[in-house]
Amino acid sequence: MILVFCELKDGKLRKPSTEALSEGRRLADAAGKPLGALFVGASTAGSADAAKYGADAVFTVEAPHLASYSSDAFAAAIAGAVQAKGATVLLGAASAMGKDALPRAAARLGAGYAGDVTALAMVDGKLQATRPVYAGKAFATTAFTSAVQVATTRPNVFAAAEKAGAGATEALEAPAGDFKAIVKEILAKGTGKPDLTEADVIVAGGRGMKSGENFALLEALADALGGVVGASRAAVDAGWGLSHGIQVGQTGKVVSPTLYIACGISGAIQHIAGMSSSKYIVAINKDPEAPIFKLANYGIVGDLFEVVPELTKAAQAMGIGVH
Amino acid sequence: MKILVALKQVPDTETKVKVAADGKSLDPADVKWITSTYDEYALEEALRLKESKGAEVTVVSLGGDSVKDVLRNALALGADAAVLLKSDASDPLAVATALAAYAKDKGFDLIFAGNKGMGGDNASVGPMLAELLGIAQANVVVKFEVTDAGFRAEREIEGGTEVVEGALPAVITAQKGLNEPRYASLKGIMAAKKKTIEEVEATAPAGATAVIALVLPAARPEGRKLDGDAAAQAAALLNALKDEAKVF
Repeated sequence: MILVFCELKDGKLRKPSTEALSEGRRLADAAGKPLGALFVGASTAGSADAAKYGADAVFTVEAPHLASYSSDAFAAAIAGAVQAKGATVLLGAASAMGKDALPRAAARLGAGYAGDVTALAMVDGKLQATRPVYAGKAFATTAFTSAVQVATTRPNVFAAAEKAGAGATEALEAPAGDFKAIVKEILAKGTGKPDLTEADVIVAGGRGMKSGENFALLEALADALGGVVGASRAAVDAGWGLSHGIQVGQTGKVVSPTLYIACGISGAIQHIAGMSSSKYIVAINKDPEAPIFKLANYGIVGDLFEVVPELTKAAQAMGIGVH
Repeated sequence: MKILVALKQVPDTETKVKVAADGKSLDPADVKWITSTYDEYALEEALRLKESKGAEVTVVSLGGDSVKDVLRNALALGADAAVLLKSDASDPLAVATALAAYAKDKGFDLIFAGNKGMGGDNASVGPMLAELLGIAQANVVVKFEVTDAGFRAEREIEGGTEVVEGALPAVITAQKGLNEPRYASLKGIMAAKKKTIEEVEATAPAGATAVIALVLPAARPEGRKLDGDAAAQAAALLNALKDEAKVF
């Protein structure tokens, strides 16, 4: 069996989980194996939706003490489900939770792990994973020797495809609550906007923005396009009061949006590493020789302080955007 | 308090990646090697705890003789002891197993590491090590404190941070923003030269994974420049994104 660890938010399947499930379905078909979806929590209401993405079976591990995320308790529940169901492949989204729990579950299972993968295949009955290394400057193909193979799928890379599965639900036993660490509180930014790693549109600024206040221009464009704002390391390290959490690049986030608009970013190698897998790249820079133009599908040589407000105005007038 | 910091030697972020003749590894020619940036935040946090609460800080790294540079640098920054686990293991589970075999029974209260090793980018040795030792973990941590009950850590999640509280011992993996690492002083560098690096044969099992191919990303198609004044460029871009790229 191929088992996919799925996450719910407000009773709905998270998008990165639908992507992992869809890829799991494709692999299950290729290998002639059933696909199981696994949910862990105090309530797993909404888990039945996994059947829409091809799950033949939906497994739930429900217990009041699983209301808050605990890496050791969740890893134990996940590894327990793999063993109970005899799964040989375990997948999950490379989300904050997936990247925290699945390597731990892999170690518990004595299984190999490949993180943040961008392509998967079944070769001779075993998983094979392709994943960006050196922050996307190269791609490595990883083969497994362990009996169980574990991987997390990078958000925004695998297409979510609806395909009806049987989706019979089965409750599994919850592990005892031996919690070594547990989440006590979530400190949300409260913007309601998607995370950089899951956003369809990113409007990013670099040193050319000249100040943190000027990022308001990018916020306005991002709002018009239904996107979020990112920044280069140069901008984050410039002391403009920008959060490290919005940094794109080798020491920040690696992103794969549909559209990446780089404003006043020259295109240092470590920045390019973090965004070069974006589907469409737009560069706005006054220096026609800036390396970022080599990557851009569309280049605008000009003053971003003139171009960006014009873009915002035109986008609003045209009523376009990914919403 | 006893603290262990796991360090990894990685290619500099400015490295232009070239594939070696074997088709599955990095061509080491012209590569400058550094301590993985995230590990610098890990070491800094350990050193700050040493200064504020008193602690003995041991640094450890897996690899060959070249890794001694990373360990020597950590000694210069203020680590008390350094251990080289001699191994050519690269699979995360094998590395975590070797680290666990070393750390077990040595009484470390905290084990710090970077949230990922720059380059390999698997972000898995920390949580694997915590599981193998049967202890708590908090990963991608941007704020950390030792409390009466154990520890409190803030870690990055989608759209914010979450507060993790747990018992010691624990594995904590550092993210940018946790602190601002110090530079080595001349005095520290001189003192580090006199310290010995303990060398231990690592007990790493065969890897559960192996890289069988390394390729460079496909070149992106040639783009085009949009002409005119700012308003014309803006309109041309939105039309292209809408009609050609069909983004909207």
